[in-house]
Amino acid sequence: MSKHDEEGIKCVVWDLDNTLWDGVLVESGALTLKPEIARIIRVLDERGILQSVASKNNFDDAAAKLRELGLWEYFLYPEIHWGAKSESIARIQKVLNIGMNTILFVDDDPFERDEVAKANPDVNVAHADSYATLLEDRRMIPRFITADSARRRQMYREDEQRKRAEETFDGPKETFLSGLGMRFKIAEAQGDDLARAAELTVRTHQLNATGRTYSYDELDALRRSDSHKLYICEMTDVYGSYGKIGLSLVERTESAWYVRLLLMSCRVMSRGVGTVLLGFLMQEAKRAGVRLFADFVPTDRNRAMYVAFKFNGFRDVGDGDTGARVLEANLEQIQNFPGYIEVVTP
Amino acid sequence: MVTVESIRSFIRENMVSNHRNAALGDDDDIFKLGFVSSMTALKLVNFVETECGVTVDNDDLDVSTFSTVNRIVAFIERKLGTTLSR
Repeated sequence: MSKHDEEGIKCVVWDLDNTLWDGVLVESGALTLKPEIARIIRVLDERGILQSVASKNNFDDAAAKLRELGLWEYFLYPEIHWGAKSESIARIQKVLNIGMNTILFVDDDPFERDEVAKANPDVNVAHADSYATLLEDRRMIPRFITADSARRRQMYREDEQRKRAEETFDGPKETFLSGLGMRFKIAEAQGDDLARAAELTVRTHQLNATGRTYSYDELDALRRSDSHKLYICEMTDVYGSYGKIGLSLVERTESAWYVRLLLMSCRVMSRGVGTVLLGFLMQEAKRAGVRLFADFVPTDRNRAMYVAFKFNGFRDVGDGDTGARVLEANLEQIQNFPGYIEVVTP
Repeated sequence: MVTVESIRSFIRENMVSNHRNAALGDDDDIFKLGFVSSMTALKLVNFVETECGVTVDNDDLDVSTFSTVNRIVAFIERKLGTTLSR
């Protein structure tokens, strides 16, 4: 278990003219891709690093060119228009729901890099000339490559479809959610879940009770110990799988259980499943006749988790011996699972 | 300045799933009426802080404080020491 170290890059946002290709699209149709850049884009994609575009161009022309080059599919939520790039980056950050400090913006134009960096001080910027070294950049080498990383772009693509369907859906939100056919499966983590579990502890910040990170080996030892349970959650719906998106580590004694780790991916934050995992732990504790406590370590980004605990009836009972606040559940009042989610428990 | 009506309309738009049809009473429990995700719960707390200029301390974060329009109004009025216009 360790504190968070430097965060890697989760999304590279590319300029197009004189960055991705040599030349300016509105001036000439004859453009050539920068050497090796298609391969670099593919490798970043395989590593689970998302990519998007912030370019001042006509959307249809740029999209057609990228399709012709076979690269269009790699870019999520591309921002191609004549507006300020700082705002393009801000929109990409918001829609992907990732930290600004995990975005790298690549552009050949110093004016654009400055404009973006001034408006969003946390964003990383790089000169287009440095693209050839991107794959060796430490921030671009994830500590884990899991089944979920390789599928990450596809999962965000499915999210894009869900969002579009949700925006155009005319009716109550719950009716929309019911139509998604969500299935939330809670299981004890197996050996082949551990790389993803370790990755989740590193990548998740908003719905994360402690921010503690664990290595594969630490999780494996805890999973096998008699005094701990490690739960991992997967969610699927009609659009596909969100992947493994939730994790909880529970230390169990005869009279009380202690939630040492509880986290949920930001991609499911608007789905109400944080409450499902909490509710499951509360039900299990009640059935076992034990008290249920949870550690909470405040960070600058995890207030949503604290709100979730409090709104699910936990109360703050003081300082823990591990430097955390300790919350205790009220097991007399456990919220039901939302009717629109089919919950599968171990 | 925030009013009771602006709180009501925020709740209607963000918290109550059937907001188009449901008549939201000021004493209706928004957590029982429908779906409240972690994101919407945080939005509600942020709304009270940024739009109403109230600091929500950890001790204030309780479902009973935020469960109805009237309770939210009472909380804001207590914190601000003024009466909101109805």
